[in-house]
Amino acid sequence: MEDDAPVIYGLEFQARALAAQTAETDAIRFLVGTQSLRYDNQIHVIDFDDENNIINKNILLHHAGEIWQISASPADRNVLATCYNKISDSKVLTCAAVWRIPKELQGGNHESPDDTSSNAQALELLCHLDNTAHGNMACVTWEPLGDGKKLLSLADNYLMIWDLQESSTKSVLSSSVTLEGKGQLRFTSGKWSPHHNCTQVATANDTAIRGWDIRSMRQIYCIENAHGQLVRDLDFNPNKQYYLASCGDDCKVKFWDTRNIHEPVKTLEEHSHWVWSVRYNHSHDQLVLTGSSDSRVILSNMVSISSEPFGHLVDDEDLSDQEDNLQEEKTKEPLQDSVIATYEEHEDSVYAVEWSSADPWLFASLSYDGRLVINRVPRALKYNILL
Amino acid sequence: MATVSGTEEEENAKKRKAHGMLKLYYGMTEEGKACERHLEPTDVDGVHFNPELYLTKLRKESSLSQLMDVEADMVRQIRSLDSEMQTLVYENYNKFISATDTIRKMKNDFKKMEDEMDGLATNMAVITEFSARISSTLQERHQQITKLSGVHTLLRKLQFLFELPARLKKCIELGAYAQAVSYHSKARSVLHQYQHMPSFHGIQTDCQAIMAGLADTLRQRFRDPASSPQDLSECVEMLLNLEEPAHLLCDEFLAHGRGRLASHLSDLQESGDILEFVDRGCGGFISDACLLAASYQSLFSKEAGSTAQMAEAKLTSFLEELSTGYFELVEKRLRQEKSLGDNSLLVRALDRFHRRLQAPSKLVPGCGFNRRGTEIVVRAAQERLAQYLQALKDFFQGCLTDVRQALAAPRLPGKEMPALGDLLAGLSASVLNQIKTVLAAVHLFTAKDVAFSDKPYFKGEFCSQGVREGLIVAFIKSVCQTARQFCEIPGEKGTSTPPALLLLLSRLCLDYETSTISYILTLTDEQFLGQDHSPVTPVSSLCSLARSTAQTLLNQYVKSQGLVVSQMLRKSVETRDWVTTIEPRNVRAVMKRVVEDITGVDVQVGLLYEEGVRKAHSSDSSKRTFSVYSSSRLQGRYAQSYTPSAPMDTNLLSNIQKLFSERIDIFSTVQFNKVSILTGIIKISLKTFLECVRLRTFGRYGLQQIQVDCHYLQLYLWRFVSDENLVHCLLDEVVGSAAHRCLDPAPMEQSVIEVICERG
Repeated sequence: MEDDAPVIYGLEFQARALAAQTAETDAIRFLVGTQSLRYDNQIHVIDFDDENNIINKNILLHHAGEIWQISASPADRNVLATCYNKISDSKVLTCAAVWRIPKELQGGNHESPDDTSSNAQALELLCHLDNTAHGNMACVTWEPLGDGKKLLSLADNYLMIWDLQESSTKSVLSSSVTLEGKGQLRFTSGKWSPHHNCTQVATANDTAIRGWDIRSMRQIYCIENAHGQLVRDLDFNPNKQYYLASCGDDCKVKFWDTRNIHEPVKTLEEHSHWVWSVRYNHSHDQLVLTGSSDSRVILSNMVSISSEPFGHLVDDEDLSDQEDNLQEEKTKEPLQDSVIATYEEHEDSVYAVEWSSADPWLFASLSYDGRLVINRVPRALKYNILL
Repeated sequence: MATVSGTEEEENAKKRKAHGMLKLYYGMTEEGKACERHLEPTDVDGVHFNPELYLTKLRKESSLSQLMDVEADMVRQIRSLDSEMQTLVYENYNKFISATDTIRKMKNDFKKMEDEMDGLATNMAVITEFSARISSTLQERHQQITKLSGVHTLLRKLQFLFELPARLKKCIELGAYAQAVSYHSKARSVLHQYQHMPSFHGIQTDCQAIMAGLADTLRQRFRDPASSPQDLSECVEMLLNLEEPAHLLCDEFLAHGRGRLASHLSDLQESGDILEFVDRGCGGFISDACLLAASYQSLFSKEAGSTAQMAEAKLTSFLEELSTGYFELVEKRLRQEKSLGDNSLLVRALDRFHRRLQAPSKLVPGCGFNRRGTEIVVRAAQERLAQYLQALKDFFQGCLTDVRQALAAPRLPGKEMPALGDLLAGLSASVLNQIKTVLAAVHLFTAKDVAFSDKPYFKGEFCSQGVREGLIVAFIKSVCQTARQFCEIPGEKGTSTPPALLLLLSRLCLDYETSTISYILTLTDEQFLGQDHSPVTPVSSLCSLARSTAQTLLNQYVKSQGLVVSQMLRKSVETRDWVTTIEPRNVRAVMKRVVEDITGVDVQVGLLYEEGVRKAHSSDSSKRTFSVYSSSRLQGRYAQSYTPSAPMDTNLLSNIQKLFSERIDIFSTVQFNKVSILTGIIKISLKTFLECVRLRTFGRYGLQQIQVDCHYLQLYLWRFVSDENLVHCLLDEVVGSAAHRCLDPAPMEQSVIEVICERG
């Protein structure tokens, strides 16, 4: 079985921000935000036609500033939030805002391939997340599985929960908490846990990972020195409670059980430079994707700590004995945790990787030079997991 | 013999033949060579001489004068032969005469002898007759004499019997128990046989009463703990003769011995050093046990059959029980022997212990003294090996602590670094010395003069599994493991080991890989020539272990040193407001620190590792790097990117540039040389610099400051690395990224940069 070649898309600008359009479950669609200090920044809506291996893009202008992070609303596929740099009076401030994709584009993919930027449309601003009192926004994420009314944002040492009201045109700070203590207290990254009714949030600052209960706004756990150096990214296992992946500047990816924070369940050390992004596959959580500034993307198979440690549980009763045996053989084989593939299509640091929300076997990675690469999980492995 | 025949010639021929045959018979083989000549009928001296043929031939072949010559010659020969014959006959004549006389004399002598023989025969016949007559007359008296002597013996016996009770009493009074017992045993069967007669019966009962008394006395003596072993054995012998039941005697005898041996054991509890302990054990317990066993066997094992077997079994179980106690004591004492000071003491003690067990083991083969003794010795040896291994490990740890202290000691301002080379040499030499000392100490176990050294265990398993695997290989492995632990702990902040120690250990492991391991193992193999063929860890696998450890340590060193520099760079980039910074006048202090630190590392590494190979660069390398970096490239490349032309060009250019440069692995494995190590550290540092720059936004002067800093780094760092292009590439990217992240990209004039950098 030969695997399809990766599909590469080049942006004109440097880029760090990548998100899957979470609310979209039919089309494979990614959002990419550019970083340019001197030109108008853009959000590229990338549609991937799986059957024909063709990419369709739509460009939306993001006048507010260079985009550091994008997060797509889980409820409305036309709503998204960004963190962006605003420069005023030779001061740089990172802000966050919620945007809507203009109506003309909402229908989906009517292309405008010839004139890329000339008559590109601008995003419609829904509301700002006012952070004038709190400092630079590091990260903004939506409540997963929610109705698109709740946002989490991290700014310097503040953790804030926002409620969106009046069809998202007004944002109200519902609660916030300050991280106090010694040393460098700036949040670098945060993730909203999909478990426990979305009442838990994990954040990273310096080398520590902290868990918060957003009902009481109290810290519930703290993994000090989770990584030897800065923690860059976090992700919750979507199918297994308490399991959390983290990555950082010590080139490692660590998997934690937040009930036992003294040592990681598993550590991967495959990258040769800082790991900037780690993502669990939404359906098959043994598949873990990492992107690093060594310009590589690595897909790992972490069967032993996944929610399906013995392979896919087929209805055993329906199987005859013979098939049972076959089943056993098959399940024994993939028990080994392993690196499935290393993707070397990038030539600059990879700052973001993301699984598609529509097709669980497809993922995108974005490097700083503006190269977006769409790859698929190798077929052999796919069938191994499915069958 | 001669048959009369017709012609003279024939007779002649026959004589000649006979003569020839005689000659043949006597093997006058001088003719052998000329054999065929003798067959010639024309040869005068030949066997087959035929005068007719000869004459005919002569006449045919020879001239007249020749014939005449031949004839004259022949006549002369005949004459000489004639005279020879005459002399012979004359000479032998006397001998014939004397032979004839001798024969005649012999005839006369024989005749005389025959007459004498006849006389002898008649005399013999007369003697025989007389003798027969005498014996027939004496017959009757002889029978009477025989009978009388028989009666006499019987009477003597009877007298002995009648006197027996009195005699026995007397004996007992005198204390001659042995005599009494022997008397009684002589009479016993007779008395037993004739007990139906009243008189004999009386005697028997008397005797039995007396003997019962004697037996009682003996038994009392037997039970008396004060009596000596000789006494005991006498008693037992007598009691046995008195038909006391053997098994009871065995038990009593052994019970008596048990007390003595047990007291020896309890004496043993407290004693001085191990040698003294063993001495006392051997002198007291073992020798007494031997004595006991020997006397016991001489008493009870003489009798054939079941008694001997029973006695033997009893002895074996008795000794087994007691010796178990003894062996337990010995083992307990051996376990207390923890001090490794003098191994020879222990070995000597074990040797003595083992030697002294030979005697009882020969005496009582069923008891397995030898086997158990050997087991104890083997266990003690194994224990010793384990202790030595632990001691070696402790020693190594101690050395490491010393090294750490030396590294952490406050430095004199004049001396930059403690002499790492000296520390390494000291460490490696002292560890090696310790290993040699331990080997020498352990070698005592296999010394020729130690009795147990030729046991199969000490010949084989002890050498290969014990010393080589259990001690040396395990130690080397533990060294590697200890070294590795230094890499594993510092994942977290704070607890990290001093990098110099990592470097030192890495070099140590590398030295182990290249020479020390094979040296140590060769040494071991030479000293301990095991005849055991169990599989042993090959040198190569140990070497590869050491090498991988060295590699891990070195990687860790590079990582931690890189981290130190990275942290400096990161702090310096993150904490500054690059947008509103002022125009650069100086190289930032942190860059100088970075260069200083890296120079320090260079010196440090240079103490332990070789230089390594650089990529060859052209002769005017320093100038070239300078110029390439500064004028042409910057003017060409950055000039374009700074002018707000189409943004695609920038990407295209940088991508094209990347196409030609290799991918750089940042935290990659380094090689064992200075250049590679420093390249690793610099790579890590500069990549951090790059990533940090990309996260910031720069004003015009911010960019210019970065330019200055990068130029400074370029000036000083290129000489440390294997490929100066690498530094160049990374710094290029830093400046490029800073330019991208700049709000107002106006690069600084190259000449100004140079001036600033030169100013320091």
